[in-house]
Amino acid sequence: MNSPIDTKKDYQEYVNQKSPNSPIWRNCLNAFLIGGLICSIGQFIFSFCLYKGLDDTAAGAIVSIILIAITAILTGLNLFNKIGKIAGAGSFVPITGFANSIVSPAMEYKSEGYVMGVGAKMFTVAGPVLVYGISTSIIVGLIYLLFNAQAVLV
Amino acid sequence: MDFLQNFDWMLLLRCFVVGGLICIIGQILLDKTKLTSARILVLFVTVGTILGGLGIYPYLVKFAGCGATVPLTGFGNTLAKGTIEAVKQSGLLGVFTGGLKASSAGIAAAVFFGYIASLISKPKMKKQ
Repeated sequence: MNSPIDTKKDYQEYVNQKSPNSPIWRNCLNAFLIGGLICSIGQFIFSFCLYKGLDDTAAGAIVSIILIAITAILTGLNLFNKIGKIAGAGSFVPITGFANSIVSPAMEYKSEGYVMGVGAKMFTVAGPVLVYGISTSIIVGLIYLLFNAQAVLV
Repeated sequence: MDFLQNFDWMLLLRCFVVGGLICIIGQILLDKTKLTSARILVLFVTVGTILGGLGIYPYLVKFAGCGATVPLTGFGNTLAKGTIEAVKQSGLLGVFTGGLKASSAGIAAAVFFGYIASLISKPKMKKQ
């Protein structure tokens, strides 16, 4: 093979040469604006809950539930994917992305049945997130217990 | 409205900027590395849990409010915070109960609304 693009590295260089530089700045700006907006919506809900006399924990839970519900509706209407194309990480890094990663496969795999389709495929992305999140939190708890054993077990 | 008069607009600004910056980190990882979005989510939750466990993330939450709690790193922080609080109360048992107890609202809501959405939605036509 005598083509100028022989190895993966050459190809990568070729691609870098050809692809314009600007998209990453535009992507980052979009991610910043939409990500910031989603967090701000959360802040509005959070502050309103506090204003209504709820405590931090309850307000935080309500913010999660409302943002997740909105995401589920937008995903169901096929709008979330359109937002996601523009926003990139701006829509999937907030909790909306976690919700979308559950709702989207649940809808997509409906044809494979409600148990092994919807029920199982829901967790394609959320499963790993929960596995690593929960496992890390257990390690954190164990380490905390280790360092504060006397304080806790007395 | 009374609520809007008392609203902390500076907090909203900090929330917007910090939340946006966390998303930019995700966007850079997405564009500049080969990590898929699923791996980035896993990474963010894990990092959030570790920073929460180290006691660093709560400072960010205090500074930026939902700008720190709404991104998935905040979900990790909730797991760590819940675990540590439960350990304080019930020791070893808390190691296993605390994380999920604190994050239960988000997980349960996502599962439930996901299921409902799948019931209501019509299967998309597969492109030939």
